[in-house]
Amino acid sequence: MAQDLKPSISSFSLPKTLKLKTKQQELLIRVATLALIYVLAFITRLFSVLRYESMIHEFDPYFNYRTTLFLTRNGFAEFWNWFDSESWYPLGRIIGGTLYPGLMLTAAAIHSLLRFLRLFVHIREVCVLTAPFFASNTTLVAYFFAKEVWDSGAGIVAAALIAICPGYISRSVAGSYDNEGVAIFALLLTFYLFVKAVNTGSLAWALGSAFGYFYMVSAWGGYVFIINLVPLYVLVLLVTGRYSLRLYVAYNCMYVLGMLLAMQIRFVGFQHVQSGEHMASMGVFFLLQVFFFLDWVRHLLSDTKLFQSFLKITVTSAVAVGAVALGVGMASGYISPWTGRFYSLLDPTYAKDHIPIIASVSEHQPTAWSSFMFDFHILLFLFPSGLYFCFKRLSDATIFLVMYGLTSMYFAGVMVRLILVATPAVCLISAIAVSATIKNLTRVVRAKSPAVQSGSTKGTSTAKSSSKGVVDNSQPFQRNGAIVLLLGAFYLLSRYAIHCTWVTSEAYSSPSIVLAARGAHGQRVIFDDYREAYFWLRQNTPPDAKVMSWWDYGYQITAMGNRTVIVDNNTWNNTHIATVGRAMSSYEDEAYEIMRSLDVDYVLVVFGGVTGYSSDDINKFLWMVRIGGGVFPVIKEPDYLVNGEYRVDKGAAPKMLNCLMYKLSYYRFGELTTEYGKPPGYDRARGVEIGNKDIKLEYLEEAFTTQNWIVRIYKVKPPKNRW
Amino acid sequence: MAMVPQPLLILLFFLSLLSIVNSSPSQHIQIVDAERRIDLTSHIIKVYLTLKVENLGTSAASEVLLTFSPAEVEHLALLKAAATSGKRKKKTYVPLDVKSAEQPDGPNGTKFFSITLLTPLSKGETTTLEVLYILTRSLEPFPVEISQSEPQLVYFRDSAILLSPYHVKQQTTFLKTPSTRVESFTVVDPTKRAGTELKYGPYENHPPYSYSPVLVHFENNNPFAVVEELEREIEISHWGSIQVTERYSLVHAGAQHKGVFSRVEYQTRPGGTGVSSFKHLLAKLPPRVHSVYYRDGIGNISSSHLRTDSRKSELEIEPRYPLFGGWKATFVIGYGLPLQDFLFESPDGRRYLNFTFGCPLVETVVDKLIVKVVLPEGSKDPTAEIPFEVKQHLEIKYSYLDVVGRTVVVLEKRNVVPEHNTRFQVYYGFNPIFMLAEPLMLVSAFFLLFVTSVAYLHIDLSIRK
Repeated sequence: MAQDLKPSISSFSLPKTLKLKTKQQELLIRVATLALIYVLAFITRLFSVLRYESMIHEFDPYFNYRTTLFLTRNGFAEFWNWFDSESWYPLGRIIGGTLYPGLMLTAAAIHSLLRFLRLFVHIREVCVLTAPFFASNTTLVAYFFAKEVWDSGAGIVAAALIAICPGYISRSVAGSYDNEGVAIFALLLTFYLFVKAVNTGSLAWALGSAFGYFYMVSAWGGYVFIINLVPLYVLVLLVTGRYSLRLYVAYNCMYVLGMLLAMQIRFVGFQHVQSGEHMASMGVFFLLQVFFFLDWVRHLLSDTKLFQSFLKITVTSAVAVGAVALGVGMASGYISPWTGRFYSLLDPTYAKDHIPIIASVSEHQPTAWSSFMFDFHILLFLFPSGLYFCFKRLSDATIFLVMYGLTSMYFAGVMVRLILVATPAVCLISAIAVSATIKNLTRVVRAKSPAVQSGSTKGTSTAKSSSKGVVDNSQPFQRNGAIVLLLGAFYLLSRYAIHCTWVTSEAYSSPSIVLAARGAHGQRVIFDDYREAYFWLRQNTPPDAKVMSWWDYGYQITAMGNRTVIVDNNTWNNTHIATVGRAMSSYEDEAYEIMRSLDVDYVLVVFGGVTGYSSDDINKFLWMVRIGGGVFPVIKEPDYLVNGEYRVDKGAAPKMLNCLMYKLSYYRFGELTTEYGKPPGYDRARGVEIGNKDIKLEYLEEAFTTQNWIVRIYKVKPPKNRW
Repeated sequence: MAMVPQPLLILLFFLSLLSIVNSSPSQHIQIVDAERRIDLTSHIIKVYLTLKVENLGTSAASEVLLTFSPAEVEHLALLKAAATSGKRKKKTYVPLDVKSAEQPDGPNGTKFFSITLLTPLSKGETTTLEVLYILTRSLEPFPVEISQSEPQLVYFRDSAILLSPYHVKQQTTFLKTPSTRVESFTVVDPTKRAGTELKYGPYENHPPYSYSPVLVHFENNNPFAVVEELEREIEISHWGSIQVTERYSLVHAGAQHKGVFSRVEYQTRPGGTGVSSFKHLLAKLPPRVHSVYYRDGIGNISSSHLRTDSRKSELEIEPRYPLFGGWKATFVIGYGLPLQDFLFESPDGRRYLNFTFGCPLVETVVDKLIVKVVLPEGSKDPTAEIPFEVKQHLEIKYSYLDVVGRTVVVLEKRNVVPEHNTRFQVYYGFNPIFMLAEPLMLVSAFFLLFVTSVAYLHIDLSIRK
C-alpha cells in the first residue's frame, strides 16, 4: 500500500515558493504515508460496525466489557477489590485478583479523557473502538521497530503490512474488546524499546521497555512470551560472543524494574519470582552478573592462565549453585512447576491427553496450513526471504527479530490463536524482504550508467538472479528485468491488500452473537436469538436466579442477561465445570439432584437443529462428557457412542437419547417440521431425524425458547411436596 | 368496595348525605337525563357521559359538579367536558373548563370535579353536557394467572347508577365488551345483554349519591401494554435538527403468565395460544422523521419497520420476544426531526418549541411520563405551556462540547393515555451567537494543535549543543 502512495504524493507539483528540500520532501511523504496507514488500520477494522452495529463480539470481550462498566461506575478501588458473586456460584470469583486489568483501565482512561474533553460517549463505544485504536498505534510501533532494525523504508512497509494483516485483524476488529487487542501493541512496544535499549545502551530506553513490559503484564497472560524470549535472546548473544555493556544495562534494567512492576499486578504477584515459567529470566539475570564479574576480573588479571583457571572455578560453582537453588526450590515447592498451559505449548499433544478443558477450545487446536495461508497470505513466502536478509546483515537487532520470528512461528504452529503473536514478527521480517528487494530493483531501474551495475547486484537475491544472466549483456535488458520484477512485486502486494480486505470483511467481522445467513432469495437473514434469550433472562427472571449452561455462554449470560451463572469462560475450576458436564450428561433425575445441590433455577442450552447452526451444545456434548468423566468416573464416554460413532438418530446410544442435554435440546422438537419434504424432528445441523421424539420432562419445564430455537431455557421445578 | 353488600352501601350514602344536603348548592340542579357509554374493548376504558342538566333553583348556576369514587379518581387519566349545541348533524362542541373542585370530600371519600359552564344556567334552563373520562388499570384480571393456552378474563367494577351529587331523573348505562364472551355480570333490573353490549337501565328518579355496584366478568385479549416509565428527551439543536430519545420500560399488565412457554405451540398455532400476548407495537411518529433507531441495553433490535409518507411516519416495532402477562421489555427509540417543523419564533422574539406531549405508541398507558426538553446551550428563562397539569422543574445537562451545560425543562406526569398526545410549547430566549461557540472552540483547538507542532519542529530544546 505504501508503495502505491509514494509516487502519487511526490508527483504533486508544488508551488515554487513552497519548494522543499529533498530531505523535507521525504519527511513529508513519510509522515503523510504513516498518517494514512494509521487511518487505514483503524477503518479497515470497522467492517463489523458497518455490517452489524457497534457491539461487543464473541465471549471473553463480554466479560471485559462488564468489568469495564463496573470500573467506570464504581471506581478503581471497588474494581480492584471486587468479589463477583454472579459467577461461579456458589464459589464466586475474586475479579480484581484474577484478571489482567490493563485493558479495562485503558478503556476507562480513554473514556474519562474523552469526558474531560467534553465528548460524552458511552463506554461501550470506547470499548468497541479500543482494539482498532491500538491496532493503529501498533502500526506506528512497527514502523519505528523496523526503522530501528533496518531502515525507514522497511518501517513504512512494515506499518502497511501489519495494518491490514488478517492474523492481527482477527483479534482486533471493532468490537473485539479482548486483551490481545492492546497486548500486541504492548508486546511490540516492549520489544522495540528493548532492542533500542540494546542498540544504544541507554538506561532511558531500558526503563521505557520495563514500563512497556509492565503494561503488557497488566494486559495479557502472553507476557510470559516476553519474559522468556528476552532472556533467550540475551543467552544467544552471550553464546555468540556478542556480549556488551549495552546488553548488560538493557537487560538488567528491563528485568529488575519489569519484575518489580509486574509483581504489582495481583494476578501475577509473586509468581514472577516463584513459578517455573519465569525462572529462565532469573537464571539469565544471574548469568549476566557472572559474565560481568568475569569481565571485570579479566580486566584486573593480566595473566591469561590465571584467568582461565579462575573462569573454570567460577563457572562450575555458579552452575552448581544455580542447580542446587533450583533443585531446592522445586523440591520445597517454593518454585512452582510449569503449568499445564505452558506444557501444552511445548508439547502440543499434552493438552489432549491431560487437560480436556484446554483441548476443547477450538482456538487452542494446532494450526492448519490453510489458516496460515489465510492469515498471512504472501507474508508466508516473504518471511523466509526476510530471514535471509536479516542473516545477511546480522546485528543485535536483526538477531532479536529472527529469534522473535522463529519462536513465535513455532508457537503459531502449536495453537491457532498464537498466530496473533507471530503476526508482528512475520510482518516485520517480510517488510525487510519487500523493502530490500524493491530498493535494489529501483536502484537498477534508476541507474543511468553501467557503473552502478555492480552496486545494484550486491543486495537482493531476486535482483541477483535476474542480473546474473544479463551482467555481460546490454544494460536495458537488465532494466527491463528489474521493471518486470517490480511489477510482479506490486502485483503480489496488491493481491495481498485485496486478500486482506476480503478476509476482513467476510471472515473476521461477524460478531458471532448475531448470526447472519442468506435467505432463499439472497437477502440477509439475521438470527438474533442469543440476545433475545439473554434479554429475556434479564427482564423476566428473578434477579437472583442462577443459570446453568455450558461454560462457553457464562460470560455472555452475566454480561447481557445479568444473572448468576454456575460456570463461565474463566475456566479456573475444573471440578465445577465437570459437575456441570456431569449434570448435562446424566439422566434427568440424577441431573436434578446435582442441579438442586447447585441451587440452579434455570438451565440454558444452545440448539441449532432448526436453523442448521452447527456450533451448538449437541455438537459440543462429547467434550462435556469428557470433562465430566475426567473428574467423575461414573460418566463414561463409550456410553454415549455407538461403535465409536457419535449420533443422535434412532441408532444412538440409549444413554445418549435420555441424557439431560439430549432431552433439553430436543424437547418437543419431534413435533416440528423443519424442512420441506423431511419428517418432523429433522435436525438440520446434523442432517438426521432425531431418535427420541417423545421426550417428557419431569423435573424441568420449558421457560423460554427463542424464535429460531437457538437458545432454549428451562426452569427447574421446585421439589415436590412430600405430603 | 364492591365487597360491601349493595343495600348497605346505599344506606351509607344516604346517611352521610343527610349532613350536607341542606348546605349543598347541588339541590338546585337536577339531571334530567344521563346516558353513559362505557367502552371496555381495550385496557383503556373510555366513558362517554351525556348529561342533560336543569337548574331548578332560584339563582343562576355557573358550574356543574361531577363525582367519582376514590378508586376511580386514582385511575382517572383524563377528564374532558364539552357543551353541545345544535341538533344532530349541526352539533357543535365547545370545550369546557374542568377542574378539581375545592370542596370537602363527599360521602365515602367521593371526589368532586367541577365543570364551568360557558354561560351561567339561569332558573329553569337546561343544557346538555358531553363528558369524556378515561380510566386506566381498572380491569382486574381474573384468574390472576393464566397459562399459554387460556384466554384472558377480567373483572370490571362500576355502578349501575351514575354517582352524582344531583337528583337524576332518568339514566341508562351501556357497556361495550370486546367479544360476546361474558362470563357473568351483576343484574340490576332492568338489565339487558345483546351481543357485545350490556345495558343497565333505564332507571328513574334516583336521589343524589345513589350507588349500585356491578361486576362484569368478560374476556379481553387486547394487549395490556403499559409503559411503566417513559422518558422522552427532546434535544434541540439550532443547527437544524431535533433529536428525540425515548426510553421505555414496557410491561404486559394483564393476567400473569403461568408455567410453560412452549415455542412449538406458539409457532404452529398462532391464533390458538398466547391470545393475550402481543409482539407488535406501533409508534406514530411525526412526518419527515430520520435516523430512527430501536435498541435496548444490549444492542440493536433488528425487528422493526418504518413506513413514512408526507403526513405521518409509522414505526412498527417488535420487542425481542413476545410479551406474555407480567413479562417486561425495556428499549429505546430514537429519531431525528427537522427543526423547522417544530421550532418557531414568537412575536416577542422568543423561540418556542411546539411538540406532542404523550407517548407515540398507540393504545398504551404510561404510568409515569417524563418529558425532558433539552434547550441549546445559552438559552434563557424557559417557560412551558401545557394544556394540563404537570410537575415541572429545571435541570442542567452536559452534552458534546458543552461548557456551561444545557438547560433542561423537565415535565412529569402520571397516568398518561393516548388522548394526552396534544401539543405543548416551551418558550425560551436564545441568542444565535451561541451557535458559533462550539465550532469556534474546535477551530481554536485544532489551530493551537498545529501551532504547537510547528513550534515544536522549529524550537530546539536539547540541552547539549
